[in-house]
Amino acid sequence: MNMQSVYPKEQGLYIPEFEHDACGVGLLVNISGEKSHEIVEKGLQVLENMVHRGAEGADNKTGDGAGIMIQIPHEFILLQGIPVPEKGRYGTGLIFLPKNNQEQKWCMETIINVLKEHDLNLLAVRDVPVKSEILGDTAREAEPDIKQIFVTGDSSGEDLEKRLYICRKKIEKSVLNSDLRVKRSCYIVSLSTQKIVYKGLLSSLQLREYFPDLTNPYLTSGLSLVHSRFSTNTFPTWDLAQPYRLLGHNGEINTIRGNRTWMEARESLLNPKALGCTINDISPVIQPEMSDSASLDNVLEFFVMSGISLPHALSIMVPESWNDKNPLSSELKAFYEYHSILMEPWDGPATLLFSDGRFAGGMLDRNGLRPARYLITTNNMLVMASEAGVLQFEPSEIKEKGKLHPGKMLIIDTQTGVLYRDEELKETLAQEAPYKEWLDKNRINLEKISSGRTVKNSPKDYSSLLKCFGYTKEDIEKIIIPMCVDGKEPISSMGNDTPLAVLSDKPQRLFSYFRQQFAQVTNPPIDSIREELVMSLTGYIGAMDKNLLEPSADHCKMLKLKSPILTNQAFDILCNLRYKGFQTTTLPMLFKAEEGARGLEKALEELCLKAEKAVDDDYNYIVLSDRGVDETMAPVPSLLAVSAVHHYLISKRKRLQIALIVETAEARENMHYALLLGYGASAINPYLAFGVLDDLVKTKKIYLDFHTAEKNYIKSIDKGLLKIMSKMGISTLRSYRGAKIFEAIGVARSVTDSYFGGTVSKIEGVDLEDIAKETIEAHRKSFEPDQSTQSLENTGQYSYRRNGERHAWNPETISALQLATRMGSYKKFKEFTRLVDEKAEPIFLRDFMKHCNNPIDISLVEPVEAITRRFVTGAMSFGSISKEAHETIAMAMNHLGGKSNTGEGGEDPERYKIHEDGSSARSAIKQVSSGRFGVTAEYLINADELQIKVAQGAKPGEGGQLPGFKVDHVIAKTRHSIPGISLISPPPHHDIYSIEDLAQLIFDLKNINPTARISVKLVSESGVGTIAAGVAKAKADAIIISGAEGGTGASPSSSIKHAGLPTELGLAETQQTLVMNNLRGQVVLQSDGQLKTGKDIITMAIMGAEEFGFATSALIVMGCVMMRKCHLNTCPVGVATQDETLRKRFTGKQEYLINFFTFLAQEVREHLAEMGFTCLDDIIGHTERLTYKPAGANPKAQKIDISKLLFRPDNTGSNALRKTTGQQHQIDAVLDRELVEISGKAIESCKPVQADYTISNTNRSTGAMLSGVIAAKYGNAGLPDNTIRFNFKGSAGQSFGAFLAKGVTFRLEGDCNDYMGKGLSGGRIIVTPPAGVIYAPNENIIAGNTILYGATSGEIYINGRVGERFCVRNSGATAIVEGAGDHCCEYMTGGRTVVLGTVGRNFAAGMSGGIAYVWNPTGDFDYFCNMEMVELSLVEEASDIKDLKTLISRHFQYTQSPLAKRILNNFSEQVEKFIKVMPIEYKKVLHEEKAEALKQKIAQVERDY
Amino acid sequence: MGNPKAFLNINRKEAGYRPVNERIYDFGEVEQTLNPEDRKLQASRCMDCGVPFCHWACPLGNIQPEWQDMVYRGEWKEAYEILTQTNDFPEFTGRICPALCEKACALKLSEQPVTIRENEAAVAERAFTEGMIVPFPPKKRSGKNIAIIGSGPAGLACANQLNRKGHTVTVFEKDESIGGLLRFGIPDFKLNKKIIDRRLSLMEAEGIIFRPSTPVGNNISKIVAAYDAVCLAIGSGHPRDLNVEGRDLKGIAFALEFLQAQNRMFLSTSGPEEKISARGKNVLVIGGGDTGSDCVGTSVRQGALSVTQIEIMPKPPEDHNEETPWPNYPMVLKTTSSHEEGCVRRWSLDTKRFIGENGKINAVEVETVMWQKDGNGRMTMTHTGKTEIIKTDCVLLALGFVHPVLEGLIGTLNVTLDGRKNVLSGAYSETSQRKVFAAGDVTQGASLVVRAIASGRKAAAGIDAFLKGQACFPEPINN
Repeated sequence: MNMQSVYPKEQGLYIPEFEHDACGVGLLVNISGEKSHEIVEKGLQVLENMVHRGAEGADNKTGDGAGIMIQIPHEFILLQGIPVPEKGRYGTGLIFLPKNNQEQKWCMETIINVLKEHDLNLLAVRDVPVKSEILGDTAREAEPDIKQIFVTGDSSGEDLEKRLYICRKKIEKSVLNSDLRVKRSCYIVSLSTQKIVYKGLLSSLQLREYFPDLTNPYLTSGLSLVHSRFSTNTFPTWDLAQPYRLLGHNGEINTIRGNRTWMEARESLLNPKALGCTINDISPVIQPEMSDSASLDNVLEFFVMSGISLPHALSIMVPESWNDKNPLSSELKAFYEYHSILMEPWDGPATLLFSDGRFAGGMLDRNGLRPARYLITTNNMLVMASEAGVLQFEPSEIKEKGKLHPGKMLIIDTQTGVLYRDEELKETLAQEAPYKEWLDKNRINLEKISSGRTVKNSPKDYSSLLKCFGYTKEDIEKIIIPMCVDGKEPISSMGNDTPLAVLSDKPQRLFSYFRQQFAQVTNPPIDSIREELVMSLTGYIGAMDKNLLEPSADHCKMLKLKSPILTNQAFDILCNLRYKGFQTTTLPMLFKAEEGARGLEKALEELCLKAEKAVDDDYNYIVLSDRGVDETMAPVPSLLAVSAVHHYLISKRKRLQIALIVETAEARENMHYALLLGYGASAINPYLAFGVLDDLVKTKKIYLDFHTAEKNYIKSIDKGLLKIMSKMGISTLRSYRGAKIFEAIGVARSVTDSYFGGTVSKIEGVDLEDIAKETIEAHRKSFEPDQSTQSLENTGQYSYRRNGERHAWNPETISALQLATRMGSYKKFKEFTRLVDEKAEPIFLRDFMKHCNNPIDISLVEPVEAITRRFVTGAMSFGSISKEAHETIAMAMNHLGGKSNTGEGGEDPERYKIHEDGSSARSAIKQVSSGRFGVTAEYLINADELQIKVAQGAKPGEGGQLPGFKVDHVIAKTRHSIPGISLISPPPHHDIYSIEDLAQLIFDLKNINPTARISVKLVSESGVGTIAAGVAKAKADAIIISGAEGGTGASPSSSIKHAGLPTELGLAETQQTLVMNNLRGQVVLQSDGQLKTGKDIITMAIMGAEEFGFATSALIVMGCVMMRKCHLNTCPVGVATQDETLRKRFTGKQEYLINFFTFLAQEVREHLAEMGFTCLDDIIGHTERLTYKPAGANPKAQKIDISKLLFRPDNTGSNALRKTTGQQHQIDAVLDRELVEISGKAIESCKPVQADYTISNTNRSTGAMLSGVIAAKYGNAGLPDNTIRFNFKGSAGQSFGAFLAKGVTFRLEGDCNDYMGKGLSGGRIIVTPPAGVIYAPNENIIAGNTILYGATSGEIYINGRVGERFCVRNSGATAIVEGAGDHCCEYMTGGRTVVLGTVGRNFAAGMSGGIAYVWNPTGDFDYFCNMEMVELSLVEEASDIKDLKTLISRHFQYTQSPLAKRILNNFSEQVEKFIKVMPIEYKKVLHEEKAEALKQKIAQVERDY
Repeated sequence: MGNPKAFLNINRKEAGYRPVNERIYDFGEVEQTLNPEDRKLQASRCMDCGVPFCHWACPLGNIQPEWQDMVYRGEWKEAYEILTQTNDFPEFTGRICPALCEKACALKLSEQPVTIRENEAAVAERAFTEGMIVPFPPKKRSGKNIAIIGSGPAGLACANQLNRKGHTVTVFEKDESIGGLLRFGIPDFKLNKKIIDRRLSLMEAEGIIFRPSTPVGNNISKIVAAYDAVCLAIGSGHPRDLNVEGRDLKGIAFALEFLQAQNRMFLSTSGPEEKISARGKNVLVIGGGDTGSDCVGTSVRQGALSVTQIEIMPKPPEDHNEETPWPNYPMVLKTTSSHEEGCVRRWSLDTKRFIGENGKINAVEVETVMWQKDGNGRMTMTHTGKTEIIKTDCVLLALGFVHPVLEGLIGTLNVTLDGRKNVLSGAYSETSQRKVFAAGDVTQGASLVVRAIASGRKAAAGIDAFLKGQACFPEPINN
């Protein structure tokens, strides 16, 4: 196969657009600018010490990419005999060229020609020496010819730099328009007078060897910026290695689709005068088909080249959060506000390290989820990297240790030797122009304008409109009423079992054909409630028509909106605003119903042209309106109209010059608003939804006045939008708008390509004809003269209705399954499977597939037991389902040799014991979820499989909440929490912000339980294949692809309906991508999502699954009747409830489940015999065994094309289709092996042991394996205190002391990276700076982010400051620290935290239990505290004072902290400076406990009398 | 759903019957009513299931969760509207339906299903008594004329639906009064005839033309020619007989003859023919079904000396029947209000012969039978030879119906019949004759009122589609 340096083309379900990467970055700077080879050498060392952050391909040799940026090594160049002029008068850089001679010649000629045009000469070309032989096969096959070019001209310095830039952009454009076989085979790595980049498809360790230049002692530089890449793919792409021209990026830009589109639209408003060229010369600013990081670099470079300073440009593109919750000056806020009008944030997790050759520095995005630690030495060296400890220094050499904080930057000018800190940099920027004044004078706040006009809220023809726009009874009762009454989205339970919109025979709104995308693994979702400080819906709408590169007050002539939803009143004001020349024009979104699809198409064309004309006529606002529907005119689907106009205007480069406001009757629920905004709407006026509110108020269906109902309704939309955005990890509506974070399912490519900017659509489906038909059908109904059908239809979207939407779980299927499994009748079971497999109309994509037959005798087929082993049950927590149900499932699965799953809620250790009859109620799979409830060493060790739940089918990208009233004693015990206290699961795992973090968690779990299989649960969406490839490279043993149809105990209704894809699509994409990458052989693939029958299993197996998950069906077998009331705790059959009386109604038996799974296996055998195979393994991944089966009479369904699902990549011949080998976990040589050995005696007979070790950042998860061994023997009780004591010196790697068991004390002298004490299970950790440090410990960072995540017990003493999210989800550990970053004590449910120092923003967000004491001499703590769930008080009660003093004394005892000593010395005075942080719920529980104790005492006293 | 936890705190409460020693002296309705507060509480017990089995089990597809919620909230009018979207006559079904919905209610699993049937009756009564129901004649007439033959529940539902759609409907009835089995089959103590009259006057006010005492018979061809569509809803009038020795003795009557005679007592139009009466007699009802039970109640009220009811099938289990688990209709022992009023019930008895004197019946010989399941799970009967004599001077045969009366109308029309000699009808309820449709028992055999209404509605939809030219009917169906 000809492997060129490209991704494979889009094929099957694989789309290159979805590739992700994440990485390790490092920056070394000599602050005073002195050049040396040492800087380069140390840079390489930094890279090599972060090798675990990069990844390798299936050949275990090809790295994902590594590179280094240095200053131009002038002397070295001269030594190579290249006659370059003096420094700064020439430019140089590496170029990747095609190996093909002719093509290479063409490339060189092009370069020379372009240079000539700009009066530049190609002075010399140097063959860069490389050692190709060290490359892995994949990298070698794609290796380019690498040359270094030298360019001169009669110019120098900045002018030359700019010219080089223009030339490079022109060359890029020529290459793009060339006939090169592979466009990216010609790539200019860098071309500059200041800096040079060496990079390639290498591993961190290979970089040095591959480029011998780098080890040449004459190669000197004053800075080096290194990067190692962890990509989800293993496709050979040399050009995607980093650093790029200005930066190295660790992270991911979530809003990239929108950013790229807006940048394209913006080009017409960019006139780079400073560059001395026009925008057309360098257009496209963003080089196509590159990564998100590359695009970010492109735009940053463009700004810098156009004369905007590096910090300024970065602050525009990646602004910090500046809403009310952030302590920034009003000038700086104005600076950000001004620039937010010009550009939307490039949003997503990011550590950016950058340099233009002179300035160098780093910054974090607003969320700061990626680590960036730095230190400054006494001899003026700055080291900044993803981890601490990447270079070793003597303690006395270190002047300062710190970390970058969210949204903050740090820059060094190597020329002047000045270090600029964030505050200084930003204040300078803020002073550059009178931003505040400009805004105040020009920007209009819509909220503040009032008008005397009265606006009617009840539209004319109200009831006809409802029908015309397809409102159903459920829309009003299940969506709108809860929204306007409660101000939040309604909650439902169980999964979505209705057909995809394209398979439904009920007319659908166009909205229903789209699905929300969400973040998993490669970037974290955000908690939009608890971390509100980074979220914003604020927007500015209006026209932009001036050069954006020139600062001007004119840019501020905008309307500021706090929410994108306009009330009728606000909308009326907007339409009639004449202020500062604002002008509005209304364009009707209507078409002639009788003209059908042609009419619709025509209307869209006209709409686009009219919109363009409105821009040309200098209007500021276009209102797209569907008012005016009548018997002849039908409404254009609003989403179609908005998206069509938005994309048309972008293509004409006229989008920014106007705002698109949608006045529509169609939008009613959150998903609709998200879609309209995601496809370009600036603001929305949902007048019919307001009409419904008006009607509800007038008919007294709700007891609110209109104003309150409207306020609640908008509030719930706002919340919903924040949630939908945060699911994808996006913080601001400005960057969500137009970002198209959706995919279409069942929409023809012709439609998505023409109107939706190429949104992904994989199975074809409805075209304009169908869309028109569905619209016209509803329109016709609304104007029928029939009087008898006044009230709205209930179409059964949520609940089953006989004439409504079809449900896969309906009375027939439910009762047939229950009957069959109860009676143990296989015959009845076949009746059930007939109902499912042979339903008249398709519900799932699998209904379009049938397998090919070639029968053999069934006796030849592998036995039932071989098949039931492959069955698992879904992760349903004890808490969501009853004890009875939970244990019944476990018993049944253990009997069958399958596996049951604990779900997120811990497990009672009693269940680990094997019963006398050999049966057991222990769940084989223990889930590790974001809440980490009950995840202790003992829990983890008692598992055959540890499952990391990244996402859940019913609510991907969201966390959960178990309200306090449901947390009874038993549940609290298994979850290691306190009864009565709410438990919040965060949306992200706070130790998985990226793929390398996932690799770390897998490593942690593998260490503690080396025999357990580690699996990762993902949810089907487009791009899940590439994520799965990353997960496979992160060394997961198994990957679960869950369908969006999956169930839930409670989830917002819209998430159940509108997020994620059917399992078939995700599974097939995963299988294809893994096979393409040759990673499939290393992992087991499992799938679930409404699997019910043997045929379903066979279909999934052929599409690539080896194991199969069942949840809803198992519940139904146990008696569930799909009440969909799990969230109310009122399950009448005792399955999904904790209510004691209801639990008594549980009638499920393990025999029923055993029957079910045995029947299923038997049916699988029958199918295998029919197909002619003796075992399931033989069909896995063999999609040629499946064929398309037309299903149903619905003409829409006939348009489905499943060929991409059945696609087999070319290389399936040689690559494995199922698991054939395994992962190399590399845990054989970990430090813990030594620790375990030395602790042998201690563990055996509790004899104390002590030892000393040196440790480095490559020693990760230290203590986990040891704790596993202890927990296996002693459970959570562990060993007596201090039985095992280890002293470490150095920089500990990530997850130091993870799950540390009781009886073990770790003392670390040095510093430590992220995730220390993760899941601490009773151990003690002490961290102090090494003896001899010259800095004050309490002013320096000693440990990283997310310490004590999910700790259940134990102690930790830290003599220094730590990073973000200290004590996140701590449920029982005691911790003392001398200062912490943002989000300290987030989601804490128990334990105690003492902070002897300042804390960052958002302290105690979501904290429901435990106590925190904060030493706050400055008296400003309340600003930093999130007061939603806690109460602050002084430490006044004697017991508190005593408690605090004991803790601090112990801190001093263990760490000798000077600060602790100072406080203790003067405790009675210092205690007044402490603030006690107490969760309100916790206070209530304690109060109740006290009252209860009193009551008992009184009773006792009375009895004694 | 109003109160998600109501089912936990509030028990099922039935209104119950009037005391036996009071009710057996009149023909007034035996069932009592709850006060409105209790009724609301009962309705609040509905859990608004995600999969409402009640709605699925109801032949009409009544949407119980939706209208019961309205009852709970006191929105009676809306409850009535929701109910009548699927059911033309909730005041009938609310009284006499065996309530398949309640047997499928998820709360039946814990033996406390929602009192759906009573709730339904309450909605209808409330709507009528509070004047929420006013005639609502169609605003526009389509100009199409339709003849409905038969005025039982199927014919009436069909007529009602078609009238709503603007067609002009004429209902032909052979008997002297409109209502079919509703009027002449069901005793007053279960369904007071005034309830029927109330509905009929409403339908008349909305424009339906009723033609009682108009047997169609051989004139059917003329009607077919004169109308745009015709719907046959003549029921399944041919009763099953017991052809054993002595069948021709006097004092043996079909149940329906007996019940009709009683019902005619309340009609001013009642004819002078000889009346069958149970007064002063030892009555034997043969057949253990609902009709038999009606005979029991009627006999008691007429002043029978004793009443015995026998059944050939074995006695069904009392509470649970494993064979018919939820959500199926449970085959269990059903004790009606009539049974409570005094009667001996016996099972597994086969009637061997009727014994009489002077041409009049005075005893019946019965034989005990045994039932066993065969290999296919089917019940098979064996005679034990154990016989006995039951003294009786009035035998009522309540053995069901076999098929419609084939002589006359059906014979003349020459429509195709199915294997069981019911009129064969298609997806649109069309018969083998163009323009002719069929609804109710005439197509499906004797069944429940609720099924008849459902069938009538379905035929109306078929006829409407046919009249609008929307339905493409296949070639006339042939058997």
